[in-house]
Amino acid sequence: MEAVLAAGIGGLAAAGVWLILRPRSFQVAIGLTLLGYAVNLFVFAMGRLRVGAPPVLASPEANDPTLYADPLPQALVLTALVISFALTALFLVVLLAARGIAGSDHVDGREPDR
Amino acid sequence: MTDELLVAAAVLPFAGALGAALLPRRARDAAAGLAGLSALVGLGCVLALIPAVASGRSAAVSFSWLPSLGLAVTLRIDGLAWLFSLLVLGIGALVALYARYYMAPGDSASRFFSLLLAFMGAMQGVVLAGDLIQLVVFWELTSLLSFLLVGYWSGKPQAREGARMALTVTAAGGLCLLAGMILIGRIVGSTDLATVLASGDRIRESPLYLPALVLVLAGALTKSAQVPFHFWLPRAMAAPTPVSAYLHSATLVKAGIFLMIRLYPVLAETDAWYILVGTAGVATMLFGAWCAVFQHDLKGLLAYSTISHLGLITLLLGLDSTLSVVAAIFHTVNHATFKASLFMAAGIIDHETGTRDLRRLSGLRRAMPVTATLAMVAAAAMAGVPLLNGFLSKEMFLAEAVAGTHDRALNAGLPLVAAVASALSVLYSLRFIRQTFFGPPALDLPRAPHEPPRWMRFPVEALVVACVAVGLAPGLIIGTALEIAVVAVFGERAPAYSLSLWHGFNLPLALSLAALVVGVGLYRLLGPRIDTNPRGGPWLLDRLDAARLFDRAMVGLERGARWLEDRLGAARLQDQLRILLLVALVLALTALLHGAGIAPATLRLPEAGLDPAFALLWLVGGASAVAAAAAAKYQRLAAIIFAGGAGLVSCITFAWLSAPDLAATQILIEVVTTVLLLLGLRWLPKRDRSIPIPASEKPRARRRRAADLALAVAFGACLAGLSYAVMARPAGEGIARFFVENVYSGGGGRNVVNVLLVDFRAFDTLGEITVLGIVGLTVLALLRRFRPAADSLDRPAPQRRLAAWERAQPDRNPGDSMADAMRVPATVMTWLFPVLVVLALHLFLRGHDLPGGGFAAGIALSIAFVLQYMAHGARWVDERLAIRPVTWIGCGLLVAAGVGAGSWLFGRPFLTTAFAYAEIPGLGKIPLASALLFDLGVVVLVVGATVLMLVALARQSLRRARAEAAGLPQREEA
Repeated sequence: MEAVLAAGIGGLAAAGVWLILRPRSFQVAIGLTLLGYAVNLFVFAMGRLRVGAPPVLASPEANDPTLYADPLPQALVLTALVISFALTALFLVVLLAARGIAGSDHVDGREPDR
Repeated sequence: MTDELLVAAAVLPFAGALGAALLPRRARDAAAGLAGLSALVGLGCVLALIPAVASGRSAAVSFSWLPSLGLAVTLRIDGLAWLFSLLVLGIGALVALYARYYMAPGDSASRFFSLLLAFMGAMQGVVLAGDLIQLVVFWELTSLLSFLLVGYWSGKPQAREGARMALTVTAAGGLCLLAGMILIGRIVGSTDLATVLASGDRIRESPLYLPALVLVLAGALTKSAQVPFHFWLPRAMAAPTPVSAYLHSATLVKAGIFLMIRLYPVLAETDAWYILVGTAGVATMLFGAWCAVFQHDLKGLLAYSTISHLGLITLLLGLDSTLSVVAAIFHTVNHATFKASLFMAAGIIDHETGTRDLRRLSGLRRAMPVTATLAMVAAAAMAGVPLLNGFLSKEMFLAEAVAGTHDRALNAGLPLVAAVASALSVLYSLRFIRQTFFGPPALDLPRAPHEPPRWMRFPVEALVVACVAVGLAPGLIIGTALEIAVVAVFGERAPAYSLSLWHGFNLPLALSLAALVVGVGLYRLLGPRIDTNPRGGPWLLDRLDAARLFDRAMVGLERGARWLEDRLGAARLQDQLRILLLVALVLALTALLHGAGIAPATLRLPEAGLDPAFALLWLVGGASAVAAAAAAKYQRLAAIIFAGGAGLVSCITFAWLSAPDLAATQILIEVVTTVLLLLGLRWLPKRDRSIPIPASEKPRARRRRAADLALAVAFGACLAGLSYAVMARPAGEGIARFFVENVYSGGGGRNVVNVLLVDFRAFDTLGEITVLGIVGLTVLALLRRFRPAADSLDRPAPQRRLAAWERAQPDRNPGDSMADAMRVPATVMTWLFPVLVVLALHLFLRGHDLPGGGFAAGIALSIAFVLQYMAHGARWVDERLAIRPVTWIGCGLLVAAGVGAGSWLFGRPFLTTAFAYAEIPGLGKIPLASALLFDLGVVVLVVGATVLMLVALARQSLRRARAEAAGLPQREEA
């Protein structure tokens, strides 16, 4: 499991990095989304992988931490999910506005000098 | 009682500033009244503190600030602080009254007076600081507020320039001061003022003494406009005159003096102090006086004269005798009174005649006899004419100059220097008075001069009366106050001194009289030639313009920065990102290789065996990611779908690996993200595959892509290796144990993740939803001014084709096909609305105990709204549902913050939660936690922000239709 997830994180990150290095802002937007997935999974993985042990107490008495997956990275990732949506929205709107003003969807706001 | 008075004296000006800021812009009377009242009440408080500071006592009150760093907010008052506090508040009250009449009805009175009061508060903060670091904080605050006050008329370029220069010089000095204070704190082991004042020997013997001294003096000398840092003060004369009267005579520039007196017992009486302070003082006193002689601008003359007098005080402090410090304190008070009144008089002249040019003014004593008399008395005090306060302190100075000759060789020239400076000050005072008030009445003034309003003159009168009263009966008027301050500085070492008017015929008196005679003589000799001085600058020194040097240095700095930016900067985003990623990669690899490393021995074999389905899942995930990367250039819709695929895979991974909350939130986020990107695509036209790339560019482009690919693969591989290395190790003991063990007893819930978010770490969540709300508002603001690119104004190609086809069919009306196609989905989406609302409610209510929670519920609810927009269009929804996303954002934030603040009512810290279980018939046991209310705030805000972003973007499609319908060009609204 660990190796597969690690490879998956690597794949997402590589695709994301490739895209954020592209010149068109739409590519960068998609790249940020993919990089966001990779980072969220990475942070989540820091709590180690457990199957079938969601951090929801079966009963109020069953509060032995070893019974459950680490809740802390999950809480961190949960807010990160929402924030990354906000980030995507903001980036998209900035890029739309920039394209309207600059007339170009290049990340620098103008076509490169050849 | 002492504590309350002390706190009131420190806080009142700030409270007044807040109050004045809330007043209407034009409320001059109210704002000035508030300012005067705050100052007067503060003054009352300080006066009532006499018993606490008399005969060397001091009082302090302390509040914990950063206990972990040993920092506290301490207000401490002793005799010295008390005297300066009187100056700050007393002259502050007079300046407030004066400014009421000086400021034009069009100026923003609320801004002016709130800044003035805030400045007064900052000065009080400096004076009453009981901790060195705290003193620096308020010190920098005075610099900042002086920037705002000098630049009050921000429309004038000179005001902006002057404000910027004053800030650059004094704030840079403040940074040096901070470093110096930290060094002193290092030496003493504490930054508490009382402790520091008791450790003078330890500081002077420390090897760090010299650096600390130089740094502290850098702060004090810049603030007090000493050569070579004096140049900001004349430039700051672009300030409104009440500001000059307050900041540049009585307070701001005296802060440096105050600091030197404050730290005199611990830093002074060494050779280094004597050389640094004494030299600066002599140079400043002579230079300032010489320059003042040649000014044609009234305020310029007063500014250079202030520099000269500050130099005199600094010199006194540098002389290293206790008596000279007494003279310094005395002259500080005297200078504040006569110089503030002179600035105010200059302001009145400017106000009533429209000019401050000494060459144009003449004969004003006929038009404004009272003001003329007042100004003459104040100027005489400045010149050191007997029977006025300036005379007394100047006599003390001359006596010190004469007495000091025996101690040190360098002091031999002091009497001469003192006499020259005195003669020059007679010269410029005389020039000021003679040319403004005497001679034939000027005929070409911009305004016909007359006396100012009664109460505008009152502050000048009050100050001049003080000059005369101190001059006539010094012991009676100021003796006690001076005594209190001197004892506070020296304690038992306080010298004996006599404040009487007459010390008999002696050398100082002879010097004083000689200075008067020489000054008058010089004026008769040189007066006319100074007026016609072609270059305007002072003779001999007109090439030595420090302000111009400063400007040139700033320009050079800017050029240097630009040169560096050209060489090292990466203006292009792609290059910046490449550098960032490369550096991150190199750093991570270095740490990995030199640090703990990924030694295979420490790896454990993963417990869970590999599930083929999981491998297959990630095969799909990886393929989606790569496909998204490949398609993003030309097939944008496909890229969105592939990215969504990768998102789904990570969602399933969360569900698989025991994170149901994450899975639920992720899938809902996926929906809104996809909708968002699809909406954005409308304004991002397809990239044309046919744009030819020049053949010459192809190899370069290929190289670049290869390098980027290598970087991406290396980055991915590193992250993969790192994740594996961590995951393959057993987890250390984290803080998870605390959360799991206390989640039920402390948070009243069973879903640890949710309780973490709304209870244990609720403050983080509050911050997070605030960010979300801000992003929503930013999106709205950006779209309000949105101008689509010219090529996406037209309707998209498929719509155009459809419309053309519809026009060609005889039996179809425009829009029919779309309505037909949407009929079934629209019906489904409409009926999904209640289902989704119930789902959201369900997620919200169960969140505390089972997977769900505010974020998921909020997004589910916004999906319900957004679906309606998709099914029927914005207009249809707007007619039926009044959704006010901005209100939702506000309410959500209010609810969340309100729940947090509510715990204060019960005497608990912010965001303390309470919970109970209520037995409701029919529904069973329902958890009732205040955290649930907090979560409600989260839901409301998330709905508001998400709907706001999506709907604001969706509404852009209406632009064109609206513009067509109105037959008008595009309007700028969202």
